[in-house]
Amino acid sequence: MKIEIKDLRFTYPTGLEAIKGITLTIESGEQVAIVGQNGAGKTTLVRHFNGLLQPTSGSVWIEGWDTKQHSVAKLASRVGYVFQNPDEQLFSRDVLTEVAFGPRNLGYPKEKIDELVKRALALTELSDKTETNPYDLSPTWRKMVALASIIAMDTPIVIFDEPTTGQDAVNVARIANVIAELRNKGKTVITITHDIDFCAENFDRVIALAQGQILLDGPAREILGQEEILAKTYVDPPQLTRLGKKLGFKEIVRNQEEFLKACKDR
Amino acid sequence: MAFVNIQKLTYQYPLLQKPVLQDINLQINQGEFVAVVGPNGAGKSTLCYALAGFVPHFFKGELTGSIEVAGMESSKSTLSEWVLNVGLAFQNPFNQISGAKYTVFEEIAFGLENIGVPREEIKKRVEDAMALTGISDLADRSPYSLSGGQQQRVALTSILVMRPKLLVLDEPTSQMDPIGTREVFGTIRKMAEEGMTVVLVEHKVEWIAEFADRVIAMKDGSVLLEGKPNEVLTSELLAENGFGISRYTTTAREAKKQGLWKKETLPVTLDEAVEGFKK
Repeated sequence: MKIEIKDLRFTYPTGLEAIKGITLTIESGEQVAIVGQNGAGKTTLVRHFNGLLQPTSGSVWIEGWDTKQHSVAKLASRVGYVFQNPDEQLFSRDVLTEVAFGPRNLGYPKEKIDELVKRALALTELSDKTETNPYDLSPTWRKMVALASIIAMDTPIVIFDEPTTGQDAVNVARIANVIAELRNKGKTVITITHDIDFCAENFDRVIALAQGQILLDGPAREILGQEEILAKTYVDPPQLTRLGKKLGFKEIVRNQEEFLKACKDR
Repeated sequence: MAFVNIQKLTYQYPLLQKPVLQDINLQINQGEFVAVVGPNGAGKSTLCYALAGFVPHFFKGELTGSIEVAGMESSKSTLSEWVLNVGLAFQNPFNQISGAKYTVFEEIAFGLENIGVPREEIKKRVEDAMALTGISDLADRSPYSLSGGQQQRVALTSILVMRPKLLVLDEPTSQMDPIGTREVFGTIRKMAEEGMTVVLVEHKVEWIAEFADRVIAMKDGSVLLEGKPNEVLTSELLAENGFGISRYTTTAREAKKQGLWKKETLPVTLDEAVEGFKK
């Protein structure tokens, strides 16, 4: 399911122009990371994909649907959005009800809802917490509930807004696993992140935003090596990319495997 | 006498079945910058609350042992006395922002107003603090109109402006962009050098190794390891227990097996990694 953004501009009611002309296409099944300085417009941009925000000018199309012509409720069948702060998203009295809320509202038959909820809970390792009130869980698990409740909607496009914030290494690995599973199912995954190492290890395409505009857009390997340009939007290349560069490697390395190979070959 | 002195601290929240902190002993000198690492659920935030006096004064529950900061004992002090010495920046800035102020400037001034600082001095201190954390341009914005990372800078600034003797920070950069994170670490380092004592909970080990004096690794409510950043953060024990590890460390550990890393100690920072991998 294709996302097409044409000349998008957005100004908040306070007069702050957060998006200053963005044109962008994301193809079906792509894994895209959005990086950039705080206040660059990352969250503002993705909130246009499911109609939470409407363009001040320009347009956003989700596989032929103009977001101006369709309600958020309608768009929810195509685009799932996991909030940065789970506390802004969760409201049910137990995990099971919370996770079932989305698919139930999309009007799926009961068997399908049960199956989707079961799979989402298993994927996020929440199967033993179905009766718990989300607010009795630690922030880590609340984040997983937020993830599960969107995954259960089975939308072709899934957006994660800073999924790894405040998560420990074990949970970051869990979230990477969720993203890999969505990739295998052919979903489009768009993730806002400041964790550049996580970005390098899990995404094919990287878009760097700066002050409401696209600074860089391309394959992760190309983008993450451009230290000077990334610095303009307060982003560092991944740790191993920086290290490879300092050691004078000819090629850009993204992960441990590539690093060790380059290390042997030099 | 250590500036922070925690003796045999065990604490259990009301309604929970087992203690979140178990027999913690911790001494921190004035001007020391101590980082606390550990998996989620290790008790890191509760330790922050204990240092800030919220445990047990606000959260109640059962506490044994003692917490002393600047010669005062927590159990013998009121929260309003305690906050004059200790400042805490919350993990989630949204939970910290007062909701009572219309602009970032007023939000940062809120604490100083409450302790009766003269108007002119408030103005100066707020302006200085905003310059220090690089948010002067946000002064007239509503705290709620900011991005997550900007909100986090406001939350941090509103504590720094109080000039606490002990600064407690619970993942203060979790929503910040990478270079912004590094800048904030630099600012905190500077505060420590000027005599502020700092306890920082963080997952970003590369910057801890670069800036902190000492690392405390917690798991399941207890201290698992304690010592110099490089020693603690490269320990096998951390890797086995689900702690965050720098990519430099994991990669060098693997490289060592393949004969590509010759040094005895493993790296945590970029400079250490360059030093060991260069030909």
